[in-house]
Amino acid sequence: MYKATVIVKRRPTILDPEGKAVEQGAKLLGFNNISDTRIGKYIEFYVNSDNIDTVEKEIKEYAEKLLSNPIMEDYEYTFEKVEND
Amino acid sequence: MIKYGIVVFPGSNCDNDAFYAVTKNLGNDAVFLWHKETGLQNSDVIILPGGFSYGDYLRTGSIARFSPIMNSVIDFAKKGGIVIGICNGFQILLEAGLLPGVMLKNKSLKFICDDVYLKVENRNTIFTNAIPSPVIKLPIAHAEGNYFADEKTLEELINNNQIVFRYSSPDGEVSEEFNPNGSLLNIAGLINKEGNVLGMMPHPERSCDPVLGNTDGSFIFESIQKSLITAGG
Repeated sequence: MYKATVIVKRRPTILDPEGKAVEQGAKLLGFNNISDTRIGKYIEFYVNSDNIDTVEKEIKEYAEKLLSNPIMEDYEYTFEKVEND
Repeated sequence: MIKYGIVVFPGSNCDNDAFYAVTKNLGNDAVFLWHKETGLQNSDVIILPGGFSYGDYLRTGSIARFSPIMNSVIDFAKKGGIVIGICNGFQILLEAGLLPGVMLKNKSLKFICDDVYLKVENRNTIFTNAIPSPVIKLPIAHAEGNYFADEKTLEELINNNQIVFRYSSPDGEVSEEFNPNGSLLNIAGLINKEGNVLGMMPHPERSCDPVLGNTDGSFIFESIQKSLITAGG
C-alpha cells in the first residue's frame, strides 16, 4: 500500500482573490516582507496496491480527472510505501 | 406538450423552482430525474438546476459531473438534445466539458444575490428567439460566477457567436462597472458551438411568476417552446 499526497495550485496567470485577502490579514499583522500569497489544496489518500506503476498511474488519473481542473490548475504529487494495518 | 427533465443532485436547491416555473407558469410537463438514475424518461429538454451539488466541495460542479445521470445527459446533448444549466448547472456543464471554460470565485469573494441586467448578444438561438428586447433583467445568486477561459477559447466564443448573455447596464452598455463578479468579457451565459446547450449564471426560473414582479425569465422557456414547435416537436 502507498500513501499519496497531491497538491493542487492555481495556475500563476489565474487571479487568486483568496490569497490576496489572506495577505491583507498578513499586512494587518505586521508581516511586511510577505508577498504573492497563493492558496491551493492539499489532498492525501492511500492507494491499495503494491505495484508502483499502477499506484503512480492511479494517482495521476485521479489528479487529472477529478482533483484538478487543467484549465486553471496544476498539480504535484508524491507517494511513499506504507505498511498495511 | 414539452416535457422537461429536471436533474436532482444531492445539494440541488433550485430544482423545485424550475419545476414550478416550467409547469405552473409555462404550462409544460416536467419530471424530476434523480442523479443516480440513468434514464431521461423521454424528456425533450434537460435542466441542470442551481444549488450546491455535493456541497460545492473540491470545485463547483466537479463531483456532480460524474453522477450516473450525467453520462446520459452528455449523450443526449451530443445527439443534439436541448440542455440548459442554470448557475450550479452551468458550473456542472463546464466541468463536464459540454461548454468551454471554468468558473472562478467572484472577484469580490462575496456571494452575490441581486437583480442584474443582461444584454442579449444573440437572439437567434434555441434559448433566446422569443426574447422581445435587447436587454433583460434576471436575478443572480452565486459565489463562483467569475467566468474564465484562455484567449483562444474566448476568440472562438466570439467568432461562433456563442456568448449569449453579458452583464450590462439597463441600456445594454457592457462595461466593467456592470460586471458583478469579474467574469471575462462580462459573460453571464453561453451556448456550445452546435447551439443546443446553454449555460447561464442568472436564474430565469426565479423570474417567471408575475407575483415575483419580473417575468423576463419566461422568455427563455418560451424560446425553447417556440424552437421545439418550429422543429415539429
